[in-house]
Amino acid sequence: MSEPRLLVTASPHLSAPLSTSRVMWTVSASLLPVLCAAAWWFGISALLVLVAAVGGACTAERVFGRKGTLSDGSAVLTGLLLGLSLPPGFPMWMAFVGGAVGIGLGKAVFGGLGQNVFNPALLGRAFLQAAFPIAITTWARHHQGFFVLAGDTLAFPFTTPHPLDGTTSATPLGAFKFEGKATGLFDLVVGGTGGSIGETCDLAILVGGAWLAVLGLLAWRVPVAIFASVAGLSALLHAALPADGAYRCAGPLTMLWSGGLTLGAVYMATDPVTSPITKKGAWVFGAGIGALVVLIRVFGGLPEGVMYSVLIMNALVPLVDRATQPRVFGTGKQVAARGGPEAKS
Amino acid sequence: MLRAALARVSTFRHGVHPPEHKELTAGAPIRRMPFPEELLLPARQHAGKPARIVVKKGDRVERGDVLATADGFVSSPVHASATGTVADVLWWPHPDGTSCMAVRLAVEPHSSQIARERRVPDWRGLEPEQIVRAVQDAGVVGLGGAAFPTHVKLVPPKDRRIDQVLLNGCECEPYLTTDHRLMAEQAERVHHGLRIMMRCLGVARAVIGIERNKPDAIAAMSAAVPKDLDVTILPLTVKYPQGAEKMLIEAVLGVEVPSGRLPLDVGVVVQNVASAATIAEVFETGMPLVERVVTVTGRGVRHPGNYVVPVGSKLSDVLAFCGGLTDDAREIVFGGPMMGVAQARLDVPLVKGTTGVVVLTEADLRADEAMACIRCGRCLDACPVYLNPSRLGLLARKGRYEEMEAAHLKDCMLCGCCSYVCPSRIPLSQLFQVGRSMAKRRAVHGGAP
Repeated sequence: MSEPRLLVTASPHLSAPLSTSRVMWTVSASLLPVLCAAAWWFGISALLVLVAAVGGACTAERVFGRKGTLSDGSAVLTGLLLGLSLPPGFPMWMAFVGGAVGIGLGKAVFGGLGQNVFNPALLGRAFLQAAFPIAITTWARHHQGFFVLAGDTLAFPFTTPHPLDGTTSATPLGAFKFEGKATGLFDLVVGGTGGSIGETCDLAILVGGAWLAVLGLLAWRVPVAIFASVAGLSALLHAALPADGAYRCAGPLTMLWSGGLTLGAVYMATDPVTSPITKKGAWVFGAGIGALVVLIRVFGGLPEGVMYSVLIMNALVPLVDRATQPRVFGTGKQVAARGGPEAKS
Repeated sequence: MLRAALARVSTFRHGVHPPEHKELTAGAPIRRMPFPEELLLPARQHAGKPARIVVKKGDRVERGDVLATADGFVSSPVHASATGTVADVLWWPHPDGTSCMAVRLAVEPHSSQIARERRVPDWRGLEPEQIVRAVQDAGVVGLGGAAFPTHVKLVPPKDRRIDQVLLNGCECEPYLTTDHRLMAEQAERVHHGLRIMMRCLGVARAVIGIERNKPDAIAAMSAAVPKDLDVTILPLTVKYPQGAEKMLIEAVLGVEVPSGRLPLDVGVVVQNVASAATIAEVFETGMPLVERVVTVTGRGVRHPGNYVVPVGSKLSDVLAFCGGLTDDAREIVFGGPMMGVAQARLDVPLVKGTTGVVVLTEADLRADEAMACIRCGRCLDACPVYLNPSRLGLLARKGRYEEMEAAHLKDCMLCGCCSYVCPSRIPLSQLFQVGRSMAKRRAVHGGAP
């Protein structure tokens, strides 16, 4: 028998088929229903903003990242999520800058994939919120026709944005906070409201999330904890705060289905890199986000608080992880109790 | 403990379920491999102190004669697995990747290989100490892979009470079917060995844990349960690493063996079904452990099957008997693919602890490069002893070995579940092996490694 060329590797010699890049591309693909809803409600402007954000993210990944990291799909996913959290009619060049900052400052400077503290998409959005506060709170009207360019999509870099008279609308949360106007639940769920490109249609987001959950790729504890804590706390505050007072709180259903909560809970807060690795930690993390969202929406100066809530909790992840380390097999009280007299040392 | 046993937890928590690939050999009856021309018998084929070689070049030995004697209690002798002449006593590659003193035995050509009659004492008339002695003298070790001397586990410390024997018929590693075939074909013999063990330990109760993917073994073992013994056959959910002692105890009894302690601390002795069958054989024929059932399998070998192989047969001889390798064979693993050791050369001998020879092809292996950890937490969900492999891996990569010990590295069984599930292909269990050897080195030298 001829001597074959043998491979010698450490055990185990088998591995499960799932790979990290496959996870990233699958999560990106699961956004398809959200992209369709975005195109339906906001037309071509929405898609152009998404293209710009993805382009910015990929450019930064190519420039700052290690060789070959573009194919792992994480930059595309970051760009998509950033784009979905921006208003329709947002200037493309700004979206491009946001994507580049998200990957560059949000991920590459920390050492690339897996090393970042903050969700890169939300970090990019936080940068845009600081840099372009007016553009990012100008909400083009939904459902104007697919080929109608909303607002300043094609604005030339560094020009003053045009005022969008008659073509803007308030978001449901803004309308409630500043004008005391409520939005119908049906519109909130299917997305017939003003708001960011991908956040209005909760139904599409839940479909994507459910698909991920079926594939075992959704850290479901986080969104469940977020929804539960938002529902609980807003029910409490809704009952406690007078409807005509200085601070008022919408009912739990409105709170759950308005703003970026669903998108944030299902797609942003579940980013594995920036959320706790332990199961117990995931519950704590989600509950913290939910509580912060309600507090910011009710008592803060902004109508919406998902972005800051997630970013704040991102910063606390190392602490949460440290406090929720798993109990090692054969240690702790249960063992002493169950092991009987033989277990005493 | 009784309550836990009644609750019938049929598996442990966490773990993984890799593709089983047992269909390659599960239906293949055990066949004998003919004696090769030469055998190489290492002095160390068990956990514990290596045996002392007592033969020299030129000695003629018969099948079953002692080649090396046990060096102390936690040690096991080595016997000639064929009649022949000692050609040499030399350093030889060992399948664990090291080298070891070994006896090279030139097998007598044209010999019938029928050993002389041996006087076999009836075990019923023996004291437990005499049974233990006989088991040690026969070189019986755990045949599930770890090769811990079987007789040591038949002598519990005086201050511990053993309630029951747990017989391990899980065979949770993919590909392997030796215990499966043994239970299906020789159920009486397994029960006989179990009876001797129970007598030796003075226990009245035994449970045999068998994974559900071996229905014929479960049926055969259930049918052969002796009427006068309290033996339960417990079918278990198929999951890796159920055959690990602590996992099996959790699956069967629902108790956790405390960290750093042994099964006998919860009143249990765990033995492998093949070890039980060997003990029975020792008292039936007087022949010590000189051969074992090995599953030779994988898509890289032409004739997979379950074979009785003389201990010390060279890998090349075994492969030649099995029709040789296919053209796309890439990696040869001794043991199962999850914990087995890849072999670099074909002249290594199969030893007492070699449960299988798995030949993997290009298509079975994944050569993906390791990526960064994305903290997905799959390793935490897989780890059967609830460690945080992600964090341990990070510490290992940074060389922070002391912190790894504080994070319970010593509880790691190196089962490989974490590496198996990692989507970033981080070689976690390999990193933990390194961490373990650094800890050992620090224990020996003291202070910094």
